Amino acid sequence: MEILLQQIVNGVVLGAVYALVALGYTMVYGILGLINFAHGEVVMVGALTALTAINLLVGSGLPGPVILLIGILAAAPVCLAVGYLMERIAYRPLRNAPRLAPLITAIGVSIILQYLAVLIWGRSYHAYPELLPTAPFDLFGARITPTQILILVLATLTMVGLLLLVHKTRLGRAMRATAENPGIARLMGVDTDRIVSITFMLGSVLGALAGVMVSVNYSIAHYQMGFILGLKAFTAAVLGGIGNLGGAMVGGILLGLIEALGSGYIGDLTGGVFGSNYRDVFAFFVLILVLIFRPSGLLGEKLADRA
Amino acid sequence: MSVLLEARHVGKCFGGIQALQDVSLTINVGEIYGLIGPNGAGKTTFFNVLTGLYPKDSGAILLKGSPLPLGSPHLVAEAGIARTFQNIRLFANMTALENVMVGRHARTRASVIGAVLHDRRTRAEESAIEQRAIQLLHYVGIADRANDLARHLPYGDQRRLEIARALATEPALLALDEPAAGMNATETAALRTLIDGIRVDGITVLLIEHDVKLVMGLCDRVAVLDYGEKIAEDIPERVQSNPKVIEAYLGGGIG
Repeated sequence: MEILLQQIVNGVVLGAVYALVALGYTMVYGILGLINFAHGEVVMVGALTALTAINLLVGSGLPGPVILLIGILAAAPVCLAVGYLMERIAYRPLRNAPRLAPLITAIGVSIILQYLAVLIWGRSYHAYPELLPTAPFDLFGARITPTQILILVLATLTMVGLLLLVHKTRLGRAMRATAENPGIARLMGVDTDRIVSITFMLGSVLGALAGVMVSVNYSIAHYQMGFILGLKAFTAAVLGGIGNLGGAMVGGILLGLIEALGSGYIGDLTGGVFGSNYRDVFAFFVLILVLIFRPSGLLGEKLADRA
Repeated sequence: MSVLLEARHVGKCFGGIQALQDVSLTINVGEIYGLIGPNGAGKTTFFNVLTGLYPKDSGAILLKGSPLPLGSPHLVAEAGIARTFQNIRLFANMTALENVMVGRHARTRASVIGAVLHDRRTRAEESAIEQRAIQLLHYVGIADRANDLARHLPYGDQRRLEIARALATEPALLALDEPAAGMNATETAALRTLIDGIRVDGITVLLIEHDVKLVMGLCDRVAVLDYGEKIAEDIPERVQSNPKVIEAYLGGGIG
């Protein structure tokens, strides 16, 4: 029973990170119908930028949480700039091109970002210093670390904030109008190019936050970390219904749970043939099932309108 | 009477087809100006060029004496032209109220920072946007449907909602593309009252319409397009008896 609860805690925390990253995919998809495969690399850039800032400060005597906060504050504007530039340089010129062109461009952008990261940070795995206390709290027999609590709190606040932004503000209305019909939104006075830029920047800032969180949680960062994380977050977005914000959140949490529970029990269930090292398989197994049985995702009805 | 909109020698081609050819017209402030013509005459193309949806190939369009901004339609909306569509194009998955609120975009300014911080000025602006949108829904008579999704509104109400959304941009010129299409006699009569009221409130109206009775009863002046060219422009009575117009509508080859 404790194991089950422990895996649920781990799964929800992991899922919260997936959800944050998935929001970046789903926001851009909602507005442009583009799957920005380079979003995972934005997450990686966030993690490594924060690490640089953190390493500079780690001997300074500042308390760990403050250093972590500064790390996040350093990563956010860098990722914001990366998001803006990639839309402006790589995607905007292809706005009216066939769908395949921006998709392949996204893969190119992703490779470019990875190797820029190699130039700056090198190929090695970087250890993230311990900034938060590691002593776990007891939660009905399961253990939850301060880092995990922070991830849950930050992810929840961010998601609530994003939902409010999208549903209750002028900017959010313009985003939804642009997502539904950019041509008409323009005729109503919305500068849709600006809205697209802002969407990329917002998604990238969420990615920066997710990158720092995941690195702190696993105490590690490197230039390829965005690849698998990005693919899983994309899976989460598809699972929830891509283009749908609520879907990205639900999809992220569900995928985290599936992965944690799956990898926790697969050893017992298969009599030890498969071990928890098969954890990555679950995400893609889920992706295949979703694509076969419910391609519009759990909460996604919008896809039909768009197609 | 001062001129609001002046089109000078506007031309537009699609491939080999001359959709608009040397179209010049002037619309005065406070007028209801009708644009009629057989199917395919170029009326909707003129609307699309006017609102910046298509770039024009030649000529100029001036609003209050200055050329309309090129580039993106959102600048045209800012300059003061709003339109509705022959085939309704609402934001189907947003509520009626939200649709109108989107129309306020060009006239409000809350920034990204404001949206994130939600400071007092942003909140004040947001509530002003909502108040104005509710007023406009009352104005077109569908305030009771404010919180329904646009796609759930009945057809006639969707047309009214499009007008409310266009009015929300505070246009100097409201361009209506066949607003009476698909309406029954009662709905058309109500629409007529609505358009008349819009003019009384100081907004100039450009109207494309197939319902000849509506056009003739409502418009101060009417221009007729045929094969992309303006063949007549006059008060309704004289347009109706213009031989060129009769020929365009009835077909010249028969007699």
